[in-house]
Amino acid sequence: MATETTAAEGSSLVFHPMDQFIVKPLFGDGAVGMFTVTNVTLWLFFAVLAVTALLVLPTSKRAIVPTRMQSVAELAYGFIYKMLEDICGKEGVKYFPYVMTLFMFIVVANFLGLIPTSFTTTSHFAVTIPLALAVFLTVTILGFVKNGAGFLGLFWVSSAPLALRPILAIIELISYFVRPVSHSIRLAGNVMAGHAVIKVFAGFAAIAVISPVSVLAITAMYGLEVLVAFIQAYVFTILTCVYLKDALHPSH
Amino acid sequence: MATEPLTEEVAGSCVDAYGSAIGMPQLCFDWFPNQIFWLVVTLVVIFLVLSRVALPRIAAILAERQGTITNDLAAAEDLKAKAVEAEEAYNKALADARSEAQRIAAEARAEIQSGLDDAIAKADAEIAAKAAESEKAIADIRAGALESIQVVAKDTAAELVTALGGEADADTIASAVDAQTKG
Repeated sequence: MATETTAAEGSSLVFHPMDQFIVKPLFGDGAVGMFTVTNVTLWLFFAVLAVTALLVLPTSKRAIVPTRMQSVAELAYGFIYKMLEDICGKEGVKYFPYVMTLFMFIVVANFLGLIPTSFTTTSHFAVTIPLALAVFLTVTILGFVKNGAGFLGLFWVSSAPLALRPILAIIELISYFVRPVSHSIRLAGNVMAGHAVIKVFAGFAAIAVISPVSVLAITAMYGLEVLVAFIQAYVFTILTCVYLKDALHPSH
Repeated sequence: MATEPLTEEVAGSCVDAYGSAIGMPQLCFDWFPNQIFWLVVTLVVIFLVLSRVALPRIAAILAERQGTITNDLAAAEDLKAKAVEAEEAYNKALADARSEAQRIAAEARAEIQSGLDDAIAKADAEIAAKAAESEKAIADIRAGALESIQVVAKDTAAELVTALGGEADADTIASAVDAQTKG
């Protein structure tokens, strides 16, 4: 996330807040094909390493009295497990590895994106849309497999007056299909916006008089982004749990 | 970040000649297959790592800790019960010792009392005997004294009668003195 005033444009203020999101091949200058090893690949790989470093390595001793890092791993486990159990009940616990995978990936990718000059994978719709779509498809398929046609009861608000039910059904149906859109754009949008704003402030740092304010603003934004990084992962996971609950208990 | 101009073929439709993004790189569909492919690989790897290694391990650790805590609590409960038992035994022993001490003290007191009683009784008996002896001696002395008084009285009476010019009849005087001293 370094300042990117290109040499070609001289000393005038130029902002390229979106350049940090460009996908580039890691080796050579070829085009980006499907299997090209790119900066996306690198930072996704770092995410895998970070998840391993957080959950696998510290727990290898299986200590009864945990070390600090083992406590973190146990805390993360307990946090998501409790969330899933509270929202979906006992039947939801079966899908814990799935939910935990989503949470750990997003939270780790968000925080890796906060490292200066890093590439933020979760700021890309190409990453968050498959995540949200996977949740959407899982929930829909699971709903029909578990409840059959009864899953459609999700759209039929039986507690509303009969005359209102068809209208509500249409609204419910639309809101159901909007879920993956809001689910994915919320995450990518939040992460991208924060990073772009930091980059804009960094562009202002080129002016000597403004630079202290700029540094201060970057610091403040960075603090906010640390919050956003966790909160968005949390929101994504808790929404996944809520959608999963709909599939398991479709009645209103 | 690249500063040298890129060829159109390399940059694709999303990056300008200076390597800057055109619009939002997030909406560059040229890059989607690449990102999605690597994302799927990443998620599968993380899922396998979590479901095969990390999560069962953490679950085992938590279960083991729960077991240990439960065992420790049970052991603590046991030890507490034992402590209560020990305290009761101690209190009982204390009470026993106290009552034993009281019993011994009472016995000793009774023994002393009985010894004292014996001694008192013996002393009383001795005193009584001595008193009786003394009374007898006093009675003897009194009887002796009475006899002597009568003899002296008779003699004196006879002398008085003689001195008064009367005829001292010994029997009459004796009976008169006897009558006078009897009351």
